[in-house]
Amino acid sequence: MSKKESKKKVAAYWAASCGGCDVALLGLHERILDLLDFADIAFWPAATDFKYEDLKGYERNEIDLTFFNGGIRTSENREIAEIIREKSELLVAYGSCAHQGGIPGLANMSSNEELFETVYKNNPTTVNPEGVVPQELTEREEGNLNLPGLQERVKSLSQVVEVDYTVPGCPPPPELTEDFLDLLLAGNLPPKGSVVAGEKTVCDECSREWNKETIDEFHRPQEVEIDPDKCLLDQGIICMGPVTRSGCEASCPEANLPCKGCFGPPKKVEDQGTEMLNSLASVVQIGEEGGSLEGEKALLSNLPDTIGTFYNFSLANSIFGGKVSDGGNDEQE
Amino acid sequence: MLKSVIKMEFEPKLVGFLCKWCSSAGADLAGVSRRSYPSNLVPITVNCSGRIDVSHVIRAFRDGADGVLVSGCHPGDCHYTSGNYKAWRRVALLKHVLEDFGMNPDRVKLEWISATEGDKFAQTVKEFTKEIKELGPGPYSNVKERE
Repeated sequence: MSKKESKKKVAAYWAASCGGCDVALLGLHERILDLLDFADIAFWPAATDFKYEDLKGYERNEIDLTFFNGGIRTSENREIAEIIREKSELLVAYGSCAHQGGIPGLANMSSNEELFETVYKNNPTTVNPEGVVPQELTEREEGNLNLPGLQERVKSLSQVVEVDYTVPGCPPPPELTEDFLDLLLAGNLPPKGSVVAGEKTVCDECSREWNKETIDEFHRPQEVEIDPDKCLLDQGIICMGPVTRSGCEASCPEANLPCKGCFGPPKKVEDQGTEMLNSLASVVQIGEEGGSLEGEKALLSNLPDTIGTFYNFSLANSIFGGKVSDGGNDEQE
Repeated sequence: MLKSVIKMEFEPKLVGFLCKWCSSAGADLAGVSRRSYPSNLVPITVNCSGRIDVSHVIRAFRDGADGVLVSGCHPGDCHYTSGNYKAWRRVALLKHVLEDFGMNPDRVKLEWISATEGDKFAQTVKEFTKEIKELGPGPYSNVKERE
């Protein structure tokens, strides 16, 4: 067997993502050369000029490893995810969007019609007097034009196809990707289905001092001067650290910003947002003796945008998965 | 066909998380005292109202409940000192978030029922059933699990 034939094949794909995860792969710097010693790139739209036809031409499981970033937003995302799953021996959900739906998943709080209204018509910076909105099918004399349609809801990769490993983060820190590659090259990977990051929570890695103070008022980080040594929750700032998987070395709290939860929930936790509510309930001043209904209302009124706060990255994977319609009848089948 | 002949009245599905020491005993008392109340509520006994996780309530709605009752010992009476205060805070936060999810927060009810309050238990279930009947079916009551 020639050297070329013995080489492995790696691929990377972006679905509904910002492109940051592809940059994060390049953030491996010279380590990416180690990867290329070991494997050829088989498909990577962000960096190389392979077409979908090339991807479809591979045999089943011919690609040894695929880093898939981005959530499943369009019919194209879904189709390629299914093809990639078939062609890949190992499929890695790379980054928060593939792992949990990520920021694009927050679109699940609106219907597709509402999204189109906002983006193409009612946006203050949009000029669209004729109300032109993209269509899946446009018929012209020269022929029909097709665009992929939006799925009803944004999904994470694992909600669409089977995922072998997850490297979380928005984007995953290069060290984490290196750790994953080291485990892979050493043939030392954990059981399939594992999230390759820490097992505990961000708080375990955070160096801030926690005094178990109760919160009588919430603050948003831009409203107050943050003490760099005290726990952010002690200061009334919502930090998702207690319910977020470790592995980032608490990089946001160490930079004086609250954790937003990009690593997803730790092991055995299904819904990051509800877990944060449980956690927050132990420290807020509600309902205790001396607490009043007015005080409770005032406290909660300082907690706007709860979905963006508690489900910033994990809405698609949460129990509700997005906005619900009360009354139940709208979603009747 | 049959449905159009017999007009079906909406019967809400309610889930009740009751603490073992007070509310569940209160429910038992309602039973042995032969108090009648609607059969819409499925009681689930937990050790303490402080054991009730926010995700239990959300999961109940996801699986088709139209309303969820959380019930524990009166403030100051918790068998484990402060579990009911914990439930109180959790429910307050949960209602706030449910509203943002697009749900009526009145679908969750928090009530303190002691072991001697069989009447109050029966009354609570009666009232809650009536309230949810007025609100109509819950967010996932008609949806079969999507793929």
